[in-house]
Amino acid sequence: MSNVKLTINGTQVEVPAGSTILQAAEKAGVRIPTLCHHPDQDIKGVCRVCVVEVEKSRTLQAACAFPVAEGMVVRTNTPAVREARKVIVELMLSRHPQDCLGCARNMKCELQALAQELGIRDVRFSRREKDLPRDTSTPSLVRDPSKCIVCRRCVYTCSEVQGVGALFPAYRGHEAVVVPAYDNPMIDVVCSLCGQCVHACPVGAITEHDDTEEVWEALADPEKHVVVQTAPAIRATLGEEAGLPAGTLVTGKMVAALRRLGFDRVFDTDFTADLTIMEEGSELIHRLTTGGTLPLLTSCSPGWIKFIEHFFPELLPNVSTCKSPQQMFGALAKTYYAEKFGIDPAKVFVVSIMPCTAKKFEAARPEMNSSGYRDVDVVLTSRELGRMFRQAGIDFDRLEEEEFDKPLGLSTGAAAIFGATGGVMEAALRTAYELVTKKELENLDFVEVRGMKAIKEATIDLDGTKLNVAVAHGLANAKELMERISRGEGDYHFVEIMACPGGCIGGGGQPIRTTNAVREQRIDAIYREDRRMPIRKSHENPAIKQIYEDFLGEPLGEKSHHLLHTHYTPRKRV
Amino acid sequence: MAREVKKAVDTALVDKIVAKHRTREGALLPVLREVQDSLGYLPQEALERVALGLGLSLSRVYGVATFYSLFYTRPKGRYMVRVCESAPCHVQGAQEVIDALIRELGVSFGETTPDGRFTLEKVSCLGVCGVAPAVMIEDRVYGNLTPESVVAVIQEYR
Repeated sequence: MSNVKLTINGTQVEVPAGSTILQAAEKAGVRIPTLCHHPDQDIKGVCRVCVVEVEKSRTLQAACAFPVAEGMVVRTNTPAVREARKVIVELMLSRHPQDCLGCARNMKCELQALAQELGIRDVRFSRREKDLPRDTSTPSLVRDPSKCIVCRRCVYTCSEVQGVGALFPAYRGHEAVVVPAYDNPMIDVVCSLCGQCVHACPVGAITEHDDTEEVWEALADPEKHVVVQTAPAIRATLGEEAGLPAGTLVTGKMVAALRRLGFDRVFDTDFTADLTIMEEGSELIHRLTTGGTLPLLTSCSPGWIKFIEHFFPELLPNVSTCKSPQQMFGALAKTYYAEKFGIDPAKVFVVSIMPCTAKKFEAARPEMNSSGYRDVDVVLTSRELGRMFRQAGIDFDRLEEEEFDKPLGLSTGAAAIFGATGGVMEAALRTAYELVTKKELENLDFVEVRGMKAIKEATIDLDGTKLNVAVAHGLANAKELMERISRGEGDYHFVEIMACPGGCIGGGGQPIRTTNAVREQRIDAIYREDRRMPIRKSHENPAIKQIYEDFLGEPLGEKSHHLLHTHYTPRKRV
Repeated sequence: MAREVKKAVDTALVDKIVAKHRTREGALLPVLREVQDSLGYLPQEALERVALGLGLSLSRVYGVATFYSLFYTRPKGRYMVRVCESAPCHVQGAQEVIDALIRELGVSFGETTPDGRFTLEKVSCLGVCGVAPAVMIEDRVYGNLTPESVVAVIQEYR
């Protein structure tokens, strides 16, 4: 493509034809404020915050949407531009609640930052806040439409990235607001509760359901034995809550900080990730050898599970019956662990630290009580844990690294990579290869299933048996893959789906801000964790071997069936 | 409540309307118009069929339906009473006419009378400024209204 030359604030810059003024300004080192613009989304051009002067243009133009042209002269810092931007943001502020101090997004709010950047001290317009009810109908997300500035970023994410379409702008003019159809509560619509809208939202109009208070209470209750499990993805993201750069691994410091908070045991979801591989790998081999329903679809991601229950209920027999690692952990903590250490299971309180808002819904599912109690009592996102550390005055970056408690804290590199797209597949392949071929796998890295590519495919040779696998992340990609499978294409045996782009490291409960660039850095951290682990195959985890010997018997055995497997519920398609 | 609420939606009819339009580009608006003509408004059950049939999300269909003021997502009364709120009607005493209407019907704008007979609505301009203040009931326009005469007009529809 040819280049065009234009002038921005007197500096000449050359960019490919078809670029926007915003892209050209970036190249020229000129910052233009934006709000509805998002680096991972298409152009919307609705907020007008990025207006600039374009010579010979009658009106100001939105830099994010306006294409460059040869010889164009752009000015981004004139009295007219500064005044227009101020008016635009003041108009938004005149309708936006002024409760920043108590808002979950305080200090991480793009509107707040913008008001600071533009030097807004007074709002010249009379206040006319929207007074719309908050939607607290789901255990995962809280929607506060009064804070919505109708930028449509969540709409793009929900429709285009996730293929769900639970939210859309309704009504018109000053009444416009982003809502589910018929203003229905979120619990009654096709929402997967993945929480990607939280990352899209520049303000506090959608946030996680905050459950920290329940955990504080449990920690303060001497009667309770409070154990915590941390999801594979948390160690690669939690550092960001303490201000560390994306991609910092904080495994040992996280363990130390959780002990300081007062948890009685600090365990690891990675342990049950290894267990998942044993159960799901055995299920795959069983289905392959007995003519069972194929392809087998993974079941770790609760956003994905709710999505398939809504949109592809006919494919539910394909979904692995394995519970997610979080739920396996809960069931075992209140049976195996309580038994082994002589603790009354009624007093065991299980907290999970998850990258995920859908995990809150998963833990609350009525069938998740096979221990005889609710298996997982409270799910916190990494953002909520960050909040608790700050409240407790724990600067966890300054703590010495500590080890997880045994035995539910022992894990492998295979479990660590559950946190990234392709990781469950890779972990399963490492084990399936050795179980099927009885040979040692030479190269543990199945790089073809790693990374941010939308849909990844590979064929693995298990000593003559060809295993066709596919991996998708982000629900729009999952939808595309399910449509292929429905049409009988692909001839897959095993398919991994994670609801969130990049996998759990990009989950809806992860630190703000999560963009695709940040996701890449977190994925790197996940594979560093894998390489650093002494054992990198799930079936070689000694604690896993022991739990089968002492308690479970064998994979897919009767106890596993009762504690570690589940069933699904078809839901409404619209 | 209006009678329409209790009536089950004829989803087969909605499916037929969708099938008629589904192949054309921009099928949603003609489908919404025809569904509303048949059912009187756009109930959720009907728009669910529309969304499924056209491969759109229900939230998107609802967003489109609520964008246009002549689409109704809630049941409306047997008669639509549309009051002009433009300047010419206003200076000719529309406010007194409006007050009389609200008193007579016992509902405010956007609401339907409990017997399901009338829905009261504001509109920008009926284009009959020569006979301001004006009110339109269904397809008929009434001009030169006074607080007394508008009540008499309503009585005709009782």
